[in-house]
Amino acid sequence: MSSDLAISVRNVGKTFRVASAARRATTLGELVAQKLRSPFSRRPREDEFRALEDVSFEVHRGEVLGIIGRNGAGKSTLLKILSQITPPTQGEIDLHGRVGSLLEVGTGFHPELTGRENIYLNGAILGMNRREIDREFDSIVAFAETEQFLELPVKRYSSGMHVRLAFSVAAHLRPDILIVDEVLAVGDLAFQRKCLGKMGEVAHRSGATVLFVSHQMPAVRNLCSRAILLERGVVLEDGPVDKVLARYLALNTSALVARTELPPGDPVSPARATAVLTRSNSGEPGAHFRLGESWRVTVEFELARAQTHVIAALGLRSVDGVPLITWWSAPQDLAPGRYAAEFLCDIPFSAGALDFAVGISSQERVLYYVEGVGCVTIDEIAAGEQPFRASGAGLLASTQRPLIRALA
Amino acid sequence: MSTTAADPAQERAPAGEVAPSAVLAPMVRIRPPRAWEALDVSALWRFRDLLLALAVRDIKLRYRQTLLGVLWVVLQPLFGAGIFAFIFGRVARLDSGGVPYVLFAYTGLLAWNLFNGIVLKAAGSLVANAPLVAKVFFPRLLLPISGVLSTLLDFAVALAVGTLLFYFSGQTPGWSLLAAPFWLAMLLLLATGLGLICAALAVSYRDVIHILPVALQFLLYGSPVGYTISVIPPGLPRTLYELNPLAPLIEGFRTALLGHGFSGFHSGIYTCAISVAVFLAGLIVFRRRERQFADVI
Repeated sequence: MSSDLAISVRNVGKTFRVASAARRATTLGELVAQKLRSPFSRRPREDEFRALEDVSFEVHRGEVLGIIGRNGAGKSTLLKILSQITPPTQGEIDLHGRVGSLLEVGTGFHPELTGRENIYLNGAILGMNRREIDREFDSIVAFAETEQFLELPVKRYSSGMHVRLAFSVAAHLRPDILIVDEVLAVGDLAFQRKCLGKMGEVAHRSGATVLFVSHQMPAVRNLCSRAILLERGVVLEDGPVDKVLARYLALNTSALVARTELPPGDPVSPARATAVLTRSNSGEPGAHFRLGESWRVTVEFELARAQTHVIAALGLRSVDGVPLITWWSAPQDLAPGRYAAEFLCDIPFSAGALDFAVGISSQERVLYYVEGVGCVTIDEIAAGEQPFRASGAGLLASTQRPLIRALA
Repeated sequence: MSTTAADPAQERAPAGEVAPSAVLAPMVRIRPPRAWEALDVSALWRFRDLLLALAVRDIKLRYRQTLLGVLWVVLQPLFGAGIFAFIFGRVARLDSGGVPYVLFAYTGLLAWNLFNGIVLKAAGSLVANAPLVAKVFFPRLLLPISGVLSTLLDFAVALAVGTLLFYFSGQTPGWSLLAAPFWLAMLLLLATGLGLICAALAVSYRDVIHILPVALQFLLYGSPVGYTISVIPPGLPRTLYELNPLAPLIEGFRTALLGHGFSGFHSGIYTCAISVAVFLAGLIVFRRRERQFADVI
């Protein structure tokens, strides 16, 4: 079992000592003053901050592992420890193979140096030797699409070119273990896609082990088969990427509540939606439904003035922000007052989490709009029940299980 | 940082039943650091490409977008020597021991600029490369050492110019020249040690960066760069003066080049001891603080 292990993390923890702000010395003067005041105390009183606690996991060779979690969950600290930039305070990590880590695109790029010079410098910083860079040079330049600017100082590059070149150098690193942090948040969409493709290629073709941190859920879903969810320095979930992503989103929308109050929106607008309610088909309030179960969403809104041709709209979005479907109420002329529009969801979405976009319009003019509110989790509970099945690609669950017949 | 590129014995130890393929892959074990750890000198060698790349960057950057470019390496010490020769030789009429004052000042400045350059560049190297320190793994020692390398190149160029000066002034160095590498080595140790200490401290306390130029300015006038030690009255003042470990170093280097007498055996021993001690202290301080650089910087 251990034969193809690339990374083994055992009970790793990292505690920062944070001197309470008032006591911390950040200049020599303060330090001296502090020592004069209490010459015998070795350190100012400190608070401890646990960035990581008892983190353990193993990654096999060739595996692409996503690491997700909210800001401050400890992802970056974990990557920094794995990259040997900062040491852990507890535990042990074994890394089998050459590690290449990319915590930021273009670290060490210098604006005064030319593209060519930066390729060599950045390559060296990322751990490539001169021969490797020579070998990959043309391919790096081609990938970055900056051939004609090679002899120009990088400060004259557009930011897009800058990022392309930086990523390109990194993408040609040939490590056994590649550690990547949130680097795809840069560049235009087309280039992001190209980078993703390149990373997938690195992972699959060369058999490198990849650790990938991102806030972009589609990227994580595309690249990784397995993910780890960190929350306050602890591994909350470790498993198949879909399951972990669902847990992450549930975490993100704070709680699975049946009723979500909506933000007030534009104060001068005559309409505002006030809440979204979810309940089961039988009317039970809840935000947790089984695969294949129908459920209802009620949008409550109020009108300050009479409006004509009023439509309430409800959009559903997947875990990663992909729009799935939009429903509209029938247009009506309404007097001032409070109203509710109820939508029935009878579409068998696959296991995961969904959130909503809510809009109110009059005469096709948007009076209120908000997205990313509420949260519904579709569970695998019904996994065994026909015709549904939990696993499988796609945003919709399997809706049929036909019998196989023998061909004559 | 407590990483050990494991030797085979260490590699087999944890799992016990590691398959052959895994044994082939290099293994690194990351552990919490212990209080005292030996310096991993081999890491410097493994990262030699980066060391070189950083030093080259340093050199390239310094003269980018300048009209005169690399000429500045030559012009800076020449101007410096000219000013010193004017002030100390012409205005103050100090004794240079029969050597043309420009040559005298130039040799002193050679040593001083090497010292000054190394200390300043090494001290600022971590802070100036904060993004690298925070985001990339490499032996931190690489940064100050690359500063030392790029300063050494400047020194080499200045030395070549010095050779020309010697030629034109008709001076010929004697056997004492053989002592020059020794003084140079001591100067390197002292400057590097000091630079390492300042670099490590500057990560937490940026004050160092501000104090340093002032302190060095002070040291410049407290060292026999533009004048000889013999200007200082013998006895107590001279003894006090020679507490500055740089004084015998610069004087020693210059006398080795110009070949006129040597200041003293005792001060030579003293300055060597200090240089070695400062260098070791620099390594230790740097090593002890290194592990928290990325968190603090």
